[in-house]
Amino acid sequence: MSSNKKTITIKAFRFNAETDYLPYYKKYEMEVGKDELILDLLNRIKWEHDGSFSYRRSCRHGICGACGIKVNGKAVLSCKQNAMELVEMFGDELVFEPQSQKRAVKDMIIDKGDFWEKHAAVKPYLEADVDPHPTTENIMSKAQVANLLDADYCIQCGSCHYACPVIEINEDYLGPAAFAAAYRFTADGRDNAGKERLEITAELGSGVWDCVKCFECAEACPKDVNPIQKITRLHNMQFEQGVAERNVATKHAEGFVRSIKKFGYLDEQDIVLYSEGLGVVKHLSEALKMIKAGKVHPFDFAKKKMPKSKNLDEIKKLIEISQKNEL
Amino acid sequence: MSQLKYALYTGCTARESTPELLSSTMAVANKLGIELVLLDEASCCGASHLQDFDDFLALVLNARNICYAEKLGLDMVTICNTCQLNSAMTKERLDSDPELKAKVNEKLAEVGLEYKGTSRVRHFQYVLIEDYGLDKIKENVQVPLSHFNIAPFYGCHNIRPSELHHEVNGGENPYVPTSLDNLIEALEGNSVDYESKNKCCGFHVDLQAPKTSNALSGTALLDAIDNNADLMVTPCPLCQLNMDLKQDSAGKQLGRDIELPVLHLPQMIALALGCTAEEIGLKYNVTKATDLM
Repeated sequence: MSSNKKTITIKAFRFNAETDYLPYYKKYEMEVGKDELILDLLNRIKWEHDGSFSYRRSCRHGICGACGIKVNGKAVLSCKQNAMELVEMFGDELVFEPQSQKRAVKDMIIDKGDFWEKHAAVKPYLEADVDPHPTTENIMSKAQVANLLDADYCIQCGSCHYACPVIEINEDYLGPAAFAAAYRFTADGRDNAGKERLEITAELGSGVWDCVKCFECAEACPKDVNPIQKITRLHNMQFEQGVAERNVATKHAEGFVRSIKKFGYLDEQDIVLYSEGLGVVKHLSEALKMIKAGKVHPFDFAKKKMPKSKNLDEIKKLIEISQKNEL
Repeated sequence: MSQLKYALYTGCTARESTPELLSSTMAVANKLGIELVLLDEASCCGASHLQDFDDFLALVLNARNICYAEKLGLDMVTICNTCQLNSAMTKERLDSDPELKAKVNEKLAEVGLEYKGTSRVRHFQYVLIEDYGLDKIKENVQVPLSHFNIAPFYGCHNIRPSELHHEVNGGENPYVPTSLDNLIEALEGNSVDYESKNKCCGFHVDLQAPKTSNALSGTALLDAIDNNADLMVTPCPLCQLNMDLKQDSAGKQLGRDIELPVLHLPQMIALALGCTAEEIGLKYNVTKATDLM
């Protein structure tokens, strides 16, 4: 029978931006009970081992979004996450780290300025003509609320934002939390700024087209907001509302229809040519490598022949009667 | 045990730029006595890009693919993580939303098809592990891979979102996946433990954000190399293409030389089962891999 208590080692990231040149890790051994939360362990490091250990916490009810950290690389909300569950997942050594090491200020505390700046950039509020002296309540229908797809559950904890690999690489990228907020207000029937938000999130380099589709955000969210689902919705809404401009990313998405109509399969060479236009020259060295390995045969018409799905007529017909969007 | 039989959804790459994926898959199935019926009627899954353009159209086309597996009364087996994601996500959305299912079936009825939800959608990797079994795979090893350090690269769309995949991937934990490591060990290879094994390769933004794509693929490849990998293996042909083909550009961006053979999962298994060079198709790998035989 498994015991209700277990002795574990916590390896905690320690850093004070004011005094330390480099971060370091410090180990704390403690007995953990089956009902203890990660927040309890953070408190015990501070109360029982080192009063200078620093972390953010406030509500203790999973709603203020202050206590997000990473444990063995997994984003957690400390006050919601059972500790033993993570011991079962990762073993007897738990590694506590801030959400972003490069933004660390003191121990678990980070400078979340980039998060708030990007969140604010998508106009995360209703822009509506509000009657200052209403005589009745402005009630949303059940269908309108359902259409928010729980995006309104976001508590801005930053779990998804700092779990996103693109945030680490591209400092312009707005990130999954900002996109979920953009969707939340754009999908709101009372709002008037949808088009503006769609334009903001359609920008190449900072918008939704730079999402790598890794689903780290969906996995990281402690409130099941599923940010990538909202990212897909924003993509679709750009086409539905005529905001999408023709560029390499939108042509890449739309170009699939062109191939599937002809072959059922994706024409891998055509999609690159079609999406890139003249920009295709930058793929030359890779194209040559593929030719050399015998993967593609642009000059051998017999071998170049595209495979075709059986019953291609069905596919064509289904595209004809199901396609809703245009570029 | 009655013979294992599945409907194979090849996806596009296996029929085009990665013929070695299809030939090695068929060779492995043949060696192990697994019957794979090719779903020649199937179309592209949309690769998560068609979904961005027209989500409903992508649902209809993916549902049609699954219909053909249902007609055969077989589970659908995929050999690409992104095909797996889009097929499984279609299934999950239709099975959990009768209204949406009715809307999709209204379209399918026009071509005489109906999506019922009777076939499961599973990746070949997990079929081998769960249905065939690692012990039996081990019994079939003719060329042990004991002299190779092999870095498993899991690929996002087999492990995330975990809720979607759990029923068909043995409950793989996306933060500590183990199945590929176990498979490598069953072939007597040495699995390499490295941080990037469950990370993203960046394939999906390669056209519009090559810098992001190169940073992700390059980091993972270097992580594997720094942990003494002789080769990398992945169940996803999109990961494979990105990691195999882009080593020069990723290395240039990150300021280091990168050279690491990247194999499709069935290629690695086929090596250990003693399949022929033609079947394994190492000549199609861009980063030289023919020396592995």
